[in-house]
Amino acid sequence: MLTNRGLENGSRVAVIGGGPAGSFFSYFLQQIAQRVGLDLVVEIHEARDFSLTGPKGCNMCGGIISESLVQDLAAEGINLPATVVQRGIDSYVLHMDVGTVRIDTPLHEMRIAAVHRGTAPRGFKGVPKCRSFDGYLLELALAKGAHLVHKRVDGVSWDAGRPRVTTQDGLQQTYDLLAVAVGVNTGALKLFEGLNLDYKPPQSTKTYIRELFMGEETIQKYLGNSMHVFLLNLPRLEFAALIPKGEYVTLCLLGRDIDNALVGAFLNAPEVKQCLPPGWEPPEDCCHCSPRLNITGAGHAFADRMVFVGDCGVTRLYKDGIGAAYRTAKAAAKAAIFAGVSAEDFRRNYWPACQSIDKDNRIGKLVFAVTHEIQKRKYLRHGLLRMVSEEQPKDSSRRRMSMVLWDTFTGSAPYRDVFLRCLHPSFLCLFLWEIVVGNCSYRLTRPHGGAS
Amino acid sequence: MTTGILGKLYQDGETIICEGETGNCMYAIQGGQVEVLLGKGDEEVCVAVLGEGDVFGEMALFEKEVRSATVRARGEVRVLTLDKRTFLRRIHEDPSLAFRILEKMSQRIRKSNAALKRALGGRRAPG
Repeated sequence: MLTNRGLENGSRVAVIGGGPAGSFFSYFLQQIAQRVGLDLVVEIHEARDFSLTGPKGCNMCGGIISESLVQDLAAEGINLPATVVQRGIDSYVLHMDVGTVRIDTPLHEMRIAAVHRGTAPRGFKGVPKCRSFDGYLLELALAKGAHLVHKRVDGVSWDAGRPRVTTQDGLQQTYDLLAVAVGVNTGALKLFEGLNLDYKPPQSTKTYIRELFMGEETIQKYLGNSMHVFLLNLPRLEFAALIPKGEYVTLCLLGRDIDNALVGAFLNAPEVKQCLPPGWEPPEDCCHCSPRLNITGAGHAFADRMVFVGDCGVTRLYKDGIGAAYRTAKAAAKAAIFAGVSAEDFRRNYWPACQSIDKDNRIGKLVFAVTHEIQKRKYLRHGLLRMVSEEQPKDSSRRRMSMVLWDTFTGSAPYRDVFLRCLHPSFLCLFLWEIVVGNCSYRLTRPHGGAS
Repeated sequence: MTTGILGKLYQDGETIICEGETGNCMYAIQGGQVEVLLGKGDEEVCVAVLGEGDVFGEMALFEKEVRSATVRARGEVRVLTLDKRTFLRRIHEDPSLAFRILEKMSQRIRKSNAALKRALGGRRAPG
């Protein structure tokens, strides 16, 4: 076992994967190394070209940068430029069969960024107005001094206790540290199967993402700068959102066995049709994908001279995956510089950051279970709608349900915080009261009087 | 491009924070410039001009004193607000997040020292 072995001047570090986790790791490793006067050689292995449109330049994701990550990055000195942010989001609109309500950001400010992970969806014609978010982060890492190896990695092996990377041209290079940031959507994790690691890949589920071209003016008119979230009682559908971007709207669906029939049922739901232009039909040949999304964290995401960051390590349940990539990548970079690169160093100094996210995800599962119950039961939806509607004129500190929903759907706060706020007696009493009042007023005002 | 902006837009001359007020957030400039002003009315003096990437209002995060200066937009400026509570929670989780703010504060102290030295004409400050 490797003990007390840290990085030294001239140490060579490989990063496999130039998505957010790989770029953040490289960026912070170089930044911290420079602060302590350490000269490292960092090589990012990424075969993808993020300047290409369509799947070739895209890492498949809904493309939301949460409010908390936008703030963290600003504090780090990384201000997302207008050439990367497709649209600043200042509110979300919750759509249910019992009604619709708009919830603004606490400060009425655009603090959520909608981005394209690639440059533009497949089929895009013309010159893209914005750049790829992943490409932007990769450029930041390169500007910090990392080097790009624009080749596919075909093999990983050990060379006298050091990780050795073989690229598609057969070239082999040995490194002092290997950071693995390959996500869960490529076959790259297979490269590590024969290395006798204790690493266990995370379990994942499939999501569905489709890019709908509508044009900037239409999007502004019908969707505005709001993320549209749908709690619909459709079989197999857990969660759905329409995210307005520059000229496209990204449709994100989460559920079981999502197929064309479910996508069609969703797009034809009256709650969805009401926020789209009248008579609008989705183009037949849309850019779409079914990326995998973690539902558990990886086991033992480190070894001597090797660390797994981002989705292939531990990420946040359903929301703010890029925020989790930032946190795990930075924690791994700090551990490598200040503690060392042995498995024990990572266990003590990196793994707690992952475990903290993993622990929060368990509470997140409870939060989403409650959301699912609300989605299934109409009387709860009436109560929820009434409570949120009544809160809107109030100060943000008194908009309890709105802030719970905001933080749940945008990933802006830990699930633990959200859950504890839900357990507050005044929150529970008020919700119960609104369920009673909401359902009474519904029974009094509906035209035919039958129970549902 | 107006759809891709983050934060809040302030017009030329608009006050973002006001000297003497209590504050519970800091700000990061996303685009444009602001001027930092001390004093009020005719006695108002511009002590600094900050631009993209700079932060201001950070003292409110670490102490409970009122704002020490007024900050006003110089032309159109786009500013992102960082909440005190969220930010302090994140600093508690990752103290290195405060590094850049400490760096900025250190640069400001250095500039103030240089200005003081100039004002004293190279003589030693009393006391």
